[in-house]
Amino acid sequence: MSGKLERRAAMATLLADRGDDLLVVPGLGSTTYDLAAAGDDDRNFYLWGAMGGAAMIGLGLALAQPDKRVAVITGDGEMLMGMGALATIGIQRPGNLAIVVFDNGVYGETGMQPSHTQSGVDLLAVAAACGIGPCLDVRDEAALRDLAARLKDLRETLFARVLIEASEPPRVLPERDGVVLKDRFRAAVGVKA
Amino acid sequence: MNVQITDWPDRLFATLKRAGIRQVGYVPDAGHARLIDRCRADPDIRDVVLTTEEEGVALAAGAWLGGERAALLMQSSGLGNCVNMFSLARSCRFPLLMLITMRGEWEEFNPWQVPMGSIVDPVLKLCEAEVYRVTKPEDVESTAERAVQHVFGDERIGAIILSQHLIGKKVWTK
Repeated sequence: MSGKLERRAAMATLLADRGDDLLVVPGLGSTTYDLAAAGDDDRNFYLWGAMGGAAMIGLGLALAQPDKRVAVITGDGEMLMGMGALATIGIQRPGNLAIVVFDNGVYGETGMQPSHTQSGVDLLAVAAACGIGPCLDVRDEAALRDLAARLKDLRETLFARVLIEASEPPRVLPERDGVVLKDRFRAAVGVKA
Repeated sequence: MNVQITDWPDRLFATLKRAGIRQVGYVPDAGHARLIDRCRADPDIRDVVLTTEEEGVALAAGAWLGGERAALLMQSSGLGNCVNMFSLARSCRFPLLMLITMRGEWEEFNPWQVPMGSIVDPVLKLCEAEVYRVTKPEDVESTAERAVQHVFGDERIGAIILSQHLIGKKVWTK
């Protein structure tokens, strides 16, 4: 391997001692499995579809819950499909929102086909160009720990690209019923209809 | 744009306010211009300009997860952009209130608006959305109220269709 970060360990580091006020939205596929592997939690809103939508779900949630922290942790393929969301988020910039992209340069769910990032498309530069700041390039354990610390003390919209190895750990499959996921999340956040 | 002199956008705005809408996602649209202006001017509404309409479907889901109500404004061409993202609302039963201005159905100069405009109703029905079509200004408010009740009361998808007759034709030469 290349010395890049391992995805399951990276997720575990980011969510260690996550606190009651951290709400997490992963992308469909690998980041949903990574999040489930880190430990199920009612404040996880797993996605099984809606490709390209994770960051915007995070935006709506962050605007609605300004006193809680929202972390979208998705993959490069999912972020590429919704890249316009970075422009939309760039002009909203809620202080409690972090967009973290686990970038391995491949579409892991479908057979490891190369993604655009493998050929030089730079999501970190896109996020920065959209006015999101700070934009963090996470390539090693020290940078990952710094990102974890920043997630605990979010003050402005943050973007991070975490370079991970193109591995495929055993899938950990969380709840798939969307209504169950929605209802338990809302109950955990403490909102009513 | 040659809009009829009528206050129906203000009535729509009043309905959104009574419904407690706190986030409004939109792709700019001439038919929605006044409503967008009203939302942008309201300190209690977060206006979120989108790059494409399906972003708004995800935004509304996130808002509901956090206990807020959202609305999504678009023109008929934008509906087609949303179809896969509706999976999110349908799989999880997220309330999704859409206000859609029609193109391609009456006095349409631009033939490229017709392919999508002509399939709005069947697409919405295939996506399990309730359709609330308005053709007369005096019906706007009561129809919108019914849509709000259905969408947020039952956690369903509802689309208020504002017909091209209501909006007026777009003027192409200046």
